[in-house]
Amino acid sequence: MAHDAHQLEHKGFFGWLSRWLFTTNHKDIGTLYLIFSGVMFFIGGMMAELIRAQLLKPGLNLFDTNFYNQLVTLHGLIMIFGVIMPAFVGLANWMIPLMIGAPDMALPRLNNWSFWILPFAFTILLSTLFMSGGGPNFGWTMYAPLSTLYAPPSTDFLVIAIHLMGLSSIMGAINIMTTILNLRTPSMTFMQMPLFVWTWLITSFLLITAMPVLAGAVTMILFDRHFGTSFFNAAGGGDPILYQHVFWFFAHPEVYILILPGFGIISEIIPTFSRKKLFGYTFMVAATAAIALLSFLVWAHHMFTSGIAVGAQMFFMYTTMLIAVPTGIKVFNWVATMFRGALTFETPMLFAIAFVFLFTIGGFSGLMLAIVPADYQYTDTYFVVAHFHYVLVTGALFTIIAGIYFWLPKWTGHYYNERLGKIHFWLTLISVNLTFFPMHFLGLAGMPRRIPDYALQYTDFNQIASIGAFILGAAQLIFLYNIIMTIRGGKKASGKVWEGAHGLEWTVPSPAPYHTFQ
Amino acid sequence: MHTIKKIVLFLLLFISNPSFAFPEYNLTEGVTPVSHDIYNLHMTIFWICVVIGTAVFSVITYSLIYHRKSRGAKAAHFHEHFWVEITWTIIPFLILVAMAIPATRVLLHMNDFAQPDLTIQVTGFQWKWRYDYLDQNIHFFSNISTPYNQMHGSEPKGPDYLREVDHPLVVPIHKKIRFLITSNDVIHGWWVPDLGVKHDAIPGFIYEAWARINKPGIYRGQCSKLCGLNHGFMPIVVIAMDEKDFDAWIIQQKGGTSPTPAPNTSPAPSATSSEKSPAVASKTSQKTPLPATAAAPTAPAAGKKITMDEAMKHGEQIFLGTCAACHKPDGTGSPPVFPALKGSKIATGPIDAHINTVLNGKSGTAMQAFRDQFSDDDLAAVITYERNAFGNNTGTIVQPADITAAKAKK
Repeated sequence: MAHDAHQLEHKGFFGWLSRWLFTTNHKDIGTLYLIFSGVMFFIGGMMAELIRAQLLKPGLNLFDTNFYNQLVTLHGLIMIFGVIMPAFVGLANWMIPLMIGAPDMALPRLNNWSFWILPFAFTILLSTLFMSGGGPNFGWTMYAPLSTLYAPPSTDFLVIAIHLMGLSSIMGAINIMTTILNLRTPSMTFMQMPLFVWTWLITSFLLITAMPVLAGAVTMILFDRHFGTSFFNAAGGGDPILYQHVFWFFAHPEVYILILPGFGIISEIIPTFSRKKLFGYTFMVAATAAIALLSFLVWAHHMFTSGIAVGAQMFFMYTTMLIAVPTGIKVFNWVATMFRGALTFETPMLFAIAFVFLFTIGGFSGLMLAIVPADYQYTDTYFVVAHFHYVLVTGALFTIIAGIYFWLPKWTGHYYNERLGKIHFWLTLISVNLTFFPMHFLGLAGMPRRIPDYALQYTDFNQIASIGAFILGAAQLIFLYNIIMTIRGGKKASGKVWEGAHGLEWTVPSPAPYHTFQ
Repeated sequence: MHTIKKIVLFLLLFISNPSFAFPEYNLTEGVTPVSHDIYNLHMTIFWICVVIGTAVFSVITYSLIYHRKSRGAKAAHFHEHFWVEITWTIIPFLILVAMAIPATRVLLHMNDFAQPDLTIQVTGFQWKWRYDYLDQNIHFFSNISTPYNQMHGSEPKGPDYLREVDHPLVVPIHKKIRFLITSNDVIHGWWVPDLGVKHDAIPGFIYEAWARINKPGIYRGQCSKLCGLNHGFMPIVVIAMDEKDFDAWIIQQKGGTSPTPAPNTSPAPSATSSEKSPAVASKTSQKTPLPATAAAPTAPAAGKKITMDEAMKHGEQIFLGTCAACHKPDGTGSPPVFPALKGSKIATGPIDAHINTVLNGKSGTAMQAFRDQFSDDDLAAVITYERNAFGNNTGTIVQPADITAAKAKK
C-alpha cells in the first residue's frame, strides 16, 4: 500500500504511466476497467450504428454482406465481453471494498494483471477486421462448422482473444470472491452484506464455472481447424450440435453473469431514493442464488429447433419457465420497496425505474420464448433480437448507467449535472424503445435475424428502429460529456452524497480517499 | 389538457379502427393445424403477460404518483413479510403450470411424425435449397430469383424482393408432408412461418418436421440460421395446391404431358422471375416447372454452339447470381478464403482444370460442386465468362458439349 502512495509522487509522463500501468489500488483499477468499458461501448456502439444504417432501407446499400456479418459478430462480442462484463468488474473493484470495509481487493497484483490483459485481448480482436479474409463473420455464437471449416483465418486470433478475456474474467472473479469471503469488516455477517456484494459473490461463482467451458469450446474450434480433430464435423464422427451444447452451457450462465450484478445495483439504488429499506432482503438473496443454480439447467432452450429430443425439449421448457419465479420475486420486491416510500427522481433512480419496467418486458418476451412450440416461430428472428436487447440494454446497460450516476459523486467528489442527466435519461428512454420495440413486430412478421437486407414489408419498422438507434447513440455523447465535466468540477458532494444513502461506502469522504479502511 | 384530449381521442380512433389488427405485425395464424395451435399459444401467453404486466406496472405507477417525496410522502418502515413473499412465489408458479400444459400438448403433437403421406428431403446449400421428392424421384435446386441489380439499387425492387425463387417447392394440401431436413455444408434453417415449420438443417444429420396444409396458396419464408455471406438471400417459396393439380405437376416434372392445364393457384404466381434460365439440373425436368409462367426463356437446344457474346451475357447473369457472393462482381474475391478469379491460375490456365473445379467443387472449402445445379449451357456460359471477364481475356469459349463431355468422364 505504501508503495502505491509512493508512486503517486512520481512526476512527468513516465510517472503518470507507471502509476496506471503498475497500480494495485482497487480504485485505480476500477477506474481503468470503467474507462476501458466506455471506450469499447463507443466502438461497439459505432458498429451497431453501421448495422442500423445498412438496414435503414432495403437493398445492399452501404457495404457487402461479409462486412455486415463481421459487424454483427464483433458488435456482439464487444458489447458482452468488452462493455458489460468489464463495467461490472470495474464497479465491483471500486465499490465492493468500500461496501464491506476492506482496505483493498484481496489479490491486488492479480487484479492489475486481470485488467491489463483486456486491452491486449481486444486489440487482437479488433485487428482481425484488418486481416486478409476479414474478421470473424459467423456471429458471436461461433456455430460450427461455419466457424471451423468455412471460417476466415482470423478466427484463430479470435480464439486467442477469447482465451485472454476468459483468463481476465476468471482471475477477476477469483479476486472478487476471495475479497468478499475474507475481507469483510469483522462485524459484517453474510446476511448483512449489501445486495450488490451478494449478487457479485454469486456471479463470481458463475464466472469461474462457465468461462472454462467457453475456453474448451473455442479450443475445440481451434483443433478442428488445424489439428485434424472432428469434434464438430459429422464427416469425422463429430456433431455440430455438440458445439451448441458446450457453447450454451457457458453462454446461458453468461447471460446471468451479465444481469445479476445489475440486480445488485438496482437493489442499492431503489431503497436509497425511496428512503425505505429494501423489501424482502432474504428472499432477494435466495432468488439470486436460485437464478444462478437454474442458469445451469436451461442451456438447451437456445437450441429448441436444432433437433434435440422431445423429452429434452420438455425438460428445458419447464426449467426455463421456472426461472420466471425467482425473477418475479425480484421485481415484486423492488415494487414493494418503492410502495409507500418517499420517492425522489434523481437520474440514477430514473434509470432504475425504467429498468424495472423494461426488464420486465424483456422477461415477458423471455417467457414467451420458453414455450417450445411458439419458440419454433420466434427463434432466430428479430423477436429474439428485441428480447435480448431489452434484457441487455434496458437491463444490464441501464443498471450500469444508473450505477455510474449513483456512485460518480463518491468517486469524483462532485455531483453530476442533474439537468443533463435527465436529458440523457429521457432521450435514452424514448430512443431505446423506438429502436427495440418495433423489432418484436418484425420478428413476429417473419424477419430473421442477422440478415443484411430484407423484404419490402419490413421497411417501416426497420426505419423506425434505425432512427431510434441514431438518437440512442447520440444521447450517449451527453452521458460522456456529463461524466467528463463531473470529473473536472461541479457541485461538491458530501460523504453521504444522497439523503437516503445507507452503507459503509457512504461513511468515507467524497471523493473517496486513495486508501480507505486501512 | 386540450392536447391530451386530442391525443386520447386519436388513440381511441386508432384502436377502434378495424385495420388496427396489424396482421402484418403479429405472428401468422398460418395454414396448418400446428401453426394455428402455435398462434393460439402465442396469443394466450401474450395476454397473460399483458395482465401480469398491467398489474405490476399499475402498482409502480401508483407509487410513482402518490408516494413521491415532493407530495409530502413519508416513507413507511415495513421491509419484509414472509407470507407476501410466499404468495408471489406460488401464484406465478401456478400460472406457469397453466401455461405449460397446453404448450406440452402442442409440442407432443408437433413431434408426431408417424404416417406421412409424402416425404420431401430438404437440403440446405450455401445459399440455396435442394428439394428431393423421395417417393416420386424428383429433385431440383431452388435459387433466389431476385436480380442482382435490384439488390444493388440500379433497378426498382419488385413486390417479392428477396422472397422469390426460380423453382418453388410444390406440395399438395390436406396431406401429411414429412420434411427430412439436412444440410450439405453449414447449418441452415428451413422456415416457412405459415406452415409452422422451422428446423435447423445440420450437415451430416437428418431431422424431421411435418406439415398438413389446409389451404392452397403461395407461402414464403427464408433461411433462419446465419450460414455465411448470402444468408439473407436464400428464400423459400412453397406452393400448395390440391391433389389433382399436384399429381399433374408430378407427371409434368417426370417429362410426361400434363392432362390438365396449369393449376390455378391464387393469387397469380409471381414466385418465379423470368430473369434466369431454368437452373434445374435433374435430367427429368428440362422443362420449366409448372408455376413458372410462359415468360421463362427456354434453354438453347443441346448441341448448339454458343457465341462469345451470348456466353458473356448469359454467363454474367449466372456469375452475379451465384458466384459473385464470394468471388465479388469484379472477380477480386476476398483472399485467402475466397480466391480472386481475376488473373487467377485456374481462370486463365488450362480449361480442363477450370471446368473440373466448377463441376466438382473443392473439398474443404466453400467451393461447391455445381455439376448438378446448372445446365450444361449455363455452366459453359459462366466458365466462358470467368475466363474472359475482369481482364482475363483468354479468348477461350467453353461449349456446352465440353461440359457434357467433362460430366461424362466422372
